[in-house]
Amino acid sequence: MTSDTVRATPRLTAGAVPDKSPPRRRRLGDLPIAIVFVLPAAVGFAVFYVWPALRGVYLSLTKYNVLTPPRFIGLENYRQLFGDHLFWNALKVTAEYVVLNIGTQTVISVLLAVLLHRLTRSMVVRGIVLLPYLVANVVVALVWFWMLDFQIGVVNQVIEWLGFDRVAFFGADLGIGTIAMINTWRHMGYTALLIFAGLLMIPPSVYEAAAIDGASEWRTFWRVTLPLLRPIMALVMVLSVIGSFQVFDTVAVTTGGGPINATRVIYFYIYDLAFNRFNFGYAAALSSVLFVLLAGIAYLQLRLSRAGESDLKGS
Amino acid sequence: MKRSLIIAGVATLLLSGCGADPEGGSGSATIDYWLWDAAQQPQYQQCADAFHKANPQYTVKITQYGWDDYWNTLTTAFVSGTAPDVFTSHLSRYPDLASQGQLLPITDLVTRDKVDLSAYQDGLADLWVTRDGQRYGLPKDFDTVAVIYNTDKLKEAGIKPEEMSELTWNPQDGGTYEKVIARLTVDRNGKRGDEPGFDKNHVATYGLGLNTSGAGFGQTEWSMYTMSNGWQYADRNPWPSRFNYADPKFKETIKWLTSLIDKGYVPSMDIISSGVGQIDTYGAGKYAMVTEGSWNTKTYWALKGVKSALAPTPIGPTGKRASLFNGLADNISAGTDNPDAAWAWVKFLASPACQQDIVAKQAVIFPAIKSATVEAEKAFADTGIDVKPFTMHVKDGTTHLAPISDHWADITTIMTETMDSIFSFKSDINALDPANDKINALFQ
Repeated sequence: MTSDTVRATPRLTAGAVPDKSPPRRRRLGDLPIAIVFVLPAAVGFAVFYVWPALRGVYLSLTKYNVLTPPRFIGLENYRQLFGDHLFWNALKVTAEYVVLNIGTQTVISVLLAVLLHRLTRSMVVRGIVLLPYLVANVVVALVWFWMLDFQIGVVNQVIEWLGFDRVAFFGADLGIGTIAMINTWRHMGYTALLIFAGLLMIPPSVYEAAAIDGASEWRTFWRVTLPLLRPIMALVMVLSVIGSFQVFDTVAVTTGGGPINATRVIYFYIYDLAFNRFNFGYAAALSSVLFVLLAGIAYLQLRLSRAGESDLKGS
Repeated sequence: MKRSLIIAGVATLLLSGCGADPEGGSGSATIDYWLWDAAQQPQYQQCADAFHKANPQYTVKITQYGWDDYWNTLTTAFVSGTAPDVFTSHLSRYPDLASQGQLLPITDLVTRDKVDLSAYQDGLADLWVTRDGQRYGLPKDFDTVAVIYNTDKLKEAGIKPEEMSELTWNPQDGGTYEKVIARLTVDRNGKRGDEPGFDKNHVATYGLGLNTSGAGFGQTEWSMYTMSNGWQYADRNPWPSRFNYADPKFKETIKWLTSLIDKGYVPSMDIISSGVGQIDTYGAGKYAMVTEGSWNTKTYWALKGVKSALAPTPIGPTGKRASLFNGLADNISAGTDNPDAAWAWVKFLASPACQQDIVAKQAVIFPAIKSATVEAEKAFADTGIDVKPFTMHVKDGTTHLAPISDHWADITTIMTETMDSIFSFKSDINALDPANDKINALFQ
C-alpha cells in the first residue's frame, strides 16, 4: 500500500524537472539487473497469487473436499450459487458493511487529514492518529467486543448510568453497523495519513492564492483541496473498498456471522463453506464470483474518478 | 551487479527453503499427539510420561491448539502430510474424516489385543464405530449436563439448596423449575421475576443464562428438556436416516424455552450475541444459574467473586431426567509413519493406567472407564465440588447418546439459521417443518 503512495508522489515533480530522456544504451544495460531485482517479487506473485487464483478457478468447477481428489462438475457450483439465499444474503450484508464502513471512514479520514494538514504538523499527533491501525485486527475486535458487551461491557454500563436503555450492539439490527464502526475506528488513521500525503502534493501557492482571494477555510476545502485531492482519493477509495469487501476477522471473533446470518459477510461464508463444511469447490466458485465483482468495482471506480489524471497538470 | 546477484541468489534460496522441511521419520519413535483443551494438557502429559517410562522406545510429543484453530490446522495438516500420528477427536468430526480415508481403523487391533470394551461406560465405545463396522477410537472420557447455580443468589431468593435437586419441568407451565428461574430473576429495581411490577426489559440478573440457540445439537441449551419430554434427535442413533426436529414434542419444548425469553427470565438472542459468553457473564453475576457441560466445571469454580454449586437437570414429563452422553476418543491418522507406536499410545490412553491412575485424579473431566468414575468423583470432592448431578445420569441410566450422523455440518448450518430465527422471534416455531424437510432431503 505504501509503495503506491510513494509511486504517486513523483507525478507532481515530473512536470517540474525537465524530462531529459537518458541515452537508449544505458536503459538496455539496466535491463538484466532490473530483471534480477524484479524476479523475486515476480516469482512470489506468480507462486502465491497467479497460480492459486488459476487453481481456484479450476477448483470452482469441481466438487472438492481437500482430502480426496477434485471431481470435475462443470458449472454446477455456479448454478447452485444463484439459488443459494445465503450467498445473496452474504452479498447484501457485505454491501451494507462496505457502504457504512467506507462512508464513515472516508469522511472522518478526510477531516482528520485536513486537520493534520492545516492545523498541526506535529509528528506526535500523526503518530497517535495511526495508533489504532498498529493494533492487530483481532485484538481491536475483541477489545471492542468486551467493551460493548450487553451485560458486562463498560460502554453499556455508561449508557445505563446516563439513563438510557442498554444497547445490543451485536444484535441482528445493529451487528453489521457495529462491526463497520469498529473497523472505521481502526482504519481511519491510516487512511487519513494516505490522504495527508496527497494533501502534501498540493502546492502551497494555490492556498496562498485562495487566501489572497479571500476564500474562507470552508470554501478553500471544497474548491481547492477536494478537487486537487481527486487522484489520491481515487487510489485510497479503490484500496479501501477492496479491503472493506474482505472483512473477515472482526466477524470471526465477534458474532461468527450471527445472529441469523445478520453479519455473515461473504468472506466469512466462503471460509465457513471451505473449512467447516469441506465444500472447497463451492467456496472457490464464490471466491471467483467475488473476484470478478471486485475487479469490476475497482475498474469502475478508477474510470469514474479519472484516477490517472491530475488537475494540477498544465498548471 | 555482483552484489545484487548474490542478493537475488539468497532470496531464491530463502524461497526454495520454505519447501524443504526435513521430515524425520526413519525409525524415529516420536509420536505426535494433538489435543485442543489446554486444561487437559497437564494430565495427558503425565500419561505421556508414564507411557514413555513403560515403553522407553516411544516418546510422545503433545501439541495443543485452541478449539477454534484445531480442526482447520488438522485439515491442512492432512492435506500437506504433516498430520499428527494420534489426535483427540470429536464425534461431530470423525465420521467425515473416516469417510475420506484419513483415519486408521483399529478394529483388528482391538480384537488382536483383546481390549475389554465393556470396561467403558455403556455405549461410549460404540460411538466410534462407523456405519461400515470399522472402529476408529477407544473412549477416553464422558460428559453430561447439569445446572450450575450461584449459591449467594439462591440464598437471596430464599430458595433452599435441597429444592434444587427435586425440580420438575413440563412444557405447559414450566413446573417448579420455571418457578425457581422466575424467582432468581431480578430486575434493576430489585423486583423478582415472580413479583408484580417486574420489569422484563431491564433485567439485572437473569434466572437462567443462555449460550446460543443450540443449532441442531442444543447439548447444554435444550437437549436436557427435549429428551426428558420423550423426544429423540432421529429415527436411530448412530447413523440416522431421518431427523425429528419437526416433532410436536420438540416444538413444544422449544416454545416453552423461548417463552422464558419473552418473560424476561432468559436473555434474548440480541443480548447473548452481543455478549462475550455465558461463563464470563455468569462470573459477573448476571446469571443466577446456567445449564452446563461437565467439561467446564473447573472453569466455573475458578471464577473469582462467585460461589457455585451443582444441581441435576430437571425431571421432565417422562418422569425422568435426561442428559446427552458424549465422549471423546483418540484417532490415529491413516498416514502415520509408525502405526505400531500410535496404537500403543492410543491403547495406553484408553487404559486404566492413564484414565484411572492419572486423569481421574486431576478432577478436570470424567474418564470413560467405569471404575474410574468413583475416583474422579472423589477427586472433585477434594476440591470442594460435588459432581453427583453430573454422574447421577450415568447411575440412573438417564443418558442419551449424542447424535452421530452424516451431513452434520450441513445440519448445523440449517439448524443454526432456523433456531436463531425462532429464538429471536423472527420465525414461528413451525419454521422447523421446512428445516427438518431440508435436513431429511440430505439423506435421500
